[in-house]
Amino acid sequence: MKSQPILIKGGRVIDPAGGHDARADVLIKNGTIADVAKTIAGPDGARVIDASGLVVAPGFIDLHTHLREPGFEDKETVATGTRAAAKGGFTTLCAMPNTKPPADNPATIDYVLRKAREDGVVRVLPIGCVTKASAGKELAEMGELAQAGAVAFSDDGHPVGDDNLMRQALAYASAFDLPISNHCEVDELFQGGVMNEGWVATRLGLRGVPNSAEEVMAARDISLAALTGGRIHLAHISTAGTVEIVRRAKEQGVAVTCEATPHHLTLTEQAVLGRLDDNGPFEPLTTASYNTYAKVNPPLRTRKDVDAVVRGLKDGVIDIIATDHAPHNRTDKLCPMAEAAFGISVLETALGSVLSPVHGKAVGLPRVIEALTAAPARILKRTDIGTLRKGAQADVVIFDPDASWTVDTSKFVSKGKNTPLEGATLKGRVTATIFGGAVVYEAKA
Amino acid sequence: MATRTILNADEIRRTLARMAHQVLEHNRGVEGLALVGLLTRGYPIAQRLATWIETIEGAAPPVGALDISLYRDDLAGKMRPTIHRTDIPFPIEGRRVVLIDDVLYTGRSIRAAMDALTDFGRASSIQLGVLVDRGHRELPIRADFVGKNIPTARDEEVAVRLAEIDGADEVLIVNSVKTA
Amino acid sequence: MTMPARARKPEPYAGAAVALPRKHVLDLDDFTLDEIETTLQNTDAMREVLGREIRKVPTLRGKTVLTVFYEASTRTRVSFEQAGKVLSADVINVSSSGSSTEKGESLYNTALTLQAMNADIIVMRHPHSGAPYFLARHLKSCVINAGDGTHAHPTQALLDMYTMKRHFGKLQGLKVVIVGDILYSRVGRSNLWGLTKAGAEVTLCAPPTLLPPDFMSTSRQHHDHPFANVRVETNVEKAVEGAHVVMALRLQLERQRSGHLPSLREYSRMYCINPRRMALAHPDALVMHPGPMNEGIEIDPEVAHGARSVIEEQVTNGVAVRMALLYSVVTPVPSERRPS
Repeated sequence: MKSQPILIKGGRVIDPAGGHDARADVLIKNGTIADVAKTIAGPDGARVIDASGLVVAPGFIDLHTHLREPGFEDKETVATGTRAAAKGGFTTLCAMPNTKPPADNPATIDYVLRKAREDGVVRVLPIGCVTKASAGKELAEMGELAQAGAVAFSDDGHPVGDDNLMRQALAYASAFDLPISNHCEVDELFQGGVMNEGWVATRLGLRGVPNSAEEVMAARDISLAALTGGRIHLAHISTAGTVEIVRRAKEQGVAVTCEATPHHLTLTEQAVLGRLDDNGPFEPLTTASYNTYAKVNPPLRTRKDVDAVVRGLKDGVIDIIATDHAPHNRTDKLCPMAEAAFGISVLETALGSVLSPVHGKAVGLPRVIEALTAAPARILKRTDIGTLRKGAQADVVIFDPDASWTVDTSKFVSKGKNTPLEGATLKGRVTATIFGGAVVYEAKA
Repeated sequence: MATRTILNADEIRRTLARMAHQVLEHNRGVEGLALVGLLTRGYPIAQRLATWIETIEGAAPPVGALDISLYRDDLAGKMRPTIHRTDIPFPIEGRRVVLIDDVLYTGRSIRAAMDALTDFGRASSIQLGVLVDRGHRELPIRADFVGKNIPTARDEEVAVRLAEIDGADEVLIVNSVKTA
Repeated sequence: MTMPARARKPEPYAGAAVALPRKHVLDLDDFTLDEIETTLQNTDAMREVLGREIRKVPTLRGKTVLTVFYEASTRTRVSFEQAGKVLSADVINVSSSGSSTEKGESLYNTALTLQAMNADIIVMRHPHSGAPYFLARHLKSCVINAGDGTHAHPTQALLDMYTMKRHFGKLQGLKVVIVGDILYSRVGRSNLWGLTKAGAEVTLCAPPTLLPPDFMSTSRQHHDHPFANVRVETNVEKAVEGAHVVMALRLQLERQRSGHLPSLREYSRMYCINPRRMALAHPDALVMHPGPMNEGIEIDPEVAHGARSVIEEQVTNGVAVRMALLYSVVTPVPSERRPS
């Protein structure tokens, strides 16, 4: 149905790239944005979508997703992951390379792109490894990966631990003008930790990861970026300290960008106790404690850190929101904390989560949308996505920012049902997602 | 909840005095006798009986305390009562043991008490003395010495209060609240 | 032969102490003070049973107690086994060596197998914190935690508290010092919960690298913090001064390798509970240790086997405490037990 024009009428169109935030109609023709204006008379045969009371924005761009294919198809595939993305309002996904085989070679990059063409319903942009097999020992053939279509490099899952190797990587990647996204975590301070270091970890008898594990490497990466002129992007930052480190670096003009996930913008370490609020940190543990669905890397931190991350997003210190969608199968999480896999399935709850600080008046809706559209597009250096300007890709999301709904993982499209938000009530839901002019998701009435 | 007094302090005193005589008569004196009171309220009653026996006969039988919680058959799914220390500081072997309890009802406590006692040794005989028999037996158990027979309805409760534990002596029947 | 007119009055029976309607014993953090006192009272009664000629009562007849130990431990496992058997339970031991766990079977699948065995009570020891909570979440059986990772060891803490109460008559106001590897000690943690609830004055003593980081910070100043009044001391002489109970914790020998300590020798010089240090404690002070001991490292042999040591008594009390807990948990009624 790509050929049928679509007229989206009467929604609040928020397009930060174009500086728009007003009630308007949006016309889509031939897979691109044809017009955005106060009133548009649709051409004959156009499908009309009534968006009154809803928000219309460019389709969201996720710089950090784990599609798990090739190699971990029991957790997710390109087919299921892109469908989950569409349900969450995402029309562009950057696929992390920690697959099996890892995307440290052009063949795997080709495979992912082919799978996306054949089975996917939204755009997939592959990310290549920084080092061979993400082992942190030798640089991957970044030139080949870039030519094959990689849009960034990352060893995500692991940090690039060797300081000198990171220096070389940043310098080398600058030749392709592609960023390196680093998972900031000093191994020696991480030491098999499973959650944030602090009171909750102490009383649960679990090994904690201190804030310093992230901050030390964030500071290192920024220093190396300044040294080499390379582009550094800090993945999923989680601490108040990291926000400050990035703030100071940006003030000094270092080319650093960074992202925060929906869960690091909303959830604290209390989720490990089985709680989604800040109450009862001293109450007795229950059988809901040791919630493996809250086990994620970097860990969920304290309220102080969450508030700082939200402020960082508001101030623009944190450039973008990225999901770090990390689906796992049931067995991977059905075990004691120490044995459980790290990761949360995020794509289908992302919007509801990131609207929580908006509803709480801690950050404005246009800024959040910018962090999901214009800002990631800037990092990817693309002018045809993350925007509703005329001629841009017809990637559009329509959502109801006030719709309340309860998270029911049995209804998830993703194979990953692993989220601490099971049973939680979120406010904000996608009603339709359009990719390249075709409707790829529509909420049932 | 409605309550009515069945025995007051004086009546309890006279009843126990009479029971002490009955025990002595049945057992032809104190020789080889022992009293074992079921905790919690059977024990002070046993102690008082021992004092009465000493007054009448000049010598008191030894008194033991027995907690039957560990021998009960009706605890499934229910809260666990606190256990108190069993203390039987004399050999059971060859003795005539009189078990003493405050209220005899279904008979299950006595069944449990007999099981417990058997673990301590082989008594030459076991007798039973109770302050109140309220009927509704579920097992073939009968008391040898009864202070007072009180017919009751199943939804009533017989409450025995003793000075040693409750500060005063009385036996009450407590009705559960009946709808008008 | 006339016997004394009145037999010795048994331990206090006045007042109906609270019955324990609990399903699991996972840690002491969810025990009320009443429940702790009831447990200690029941332990006393159980100790009497252990002193009888026929050490058997029919309380758990027909019930199945499974001991599932993923960590080697003869002492605790035997203690639970004995406790179960005195109560006439059928005790079955599942130890980790040679069982399906070594073949890589997940804890979840093992749990389903245990469930199918209709276990009434599962006693579990596991190297990962939270494992008993995982079992309790997925099974209908009662779960008793015999030690999980570095998190909790509630039965040990209860027997420690029982031992202290037996000697001093009360726990309120008692000065208790716990010395050693607090950071990794589940015994220390459960004792902290139990003793603070009972109103004891607790001091933790260890080098800074063996204390939980948040205990060194000001975060405990929160008014609701359960350990707000716990004293933290890095100097052992200051810590044991006037103490009624000195509890030495076992030092895992790999702490030196992992960078927590420069050497065991230094730890011993600075923290070993020796006669010179015990002289600073209260004249009636007790010395305790959960065992097994590294004699010469955290505790001097002379102190370990000296007059003030109650270490062997702790073991005896352990069986009584475990009997009290096996008695207290409300096992599923037979209709609940049958697999659905």
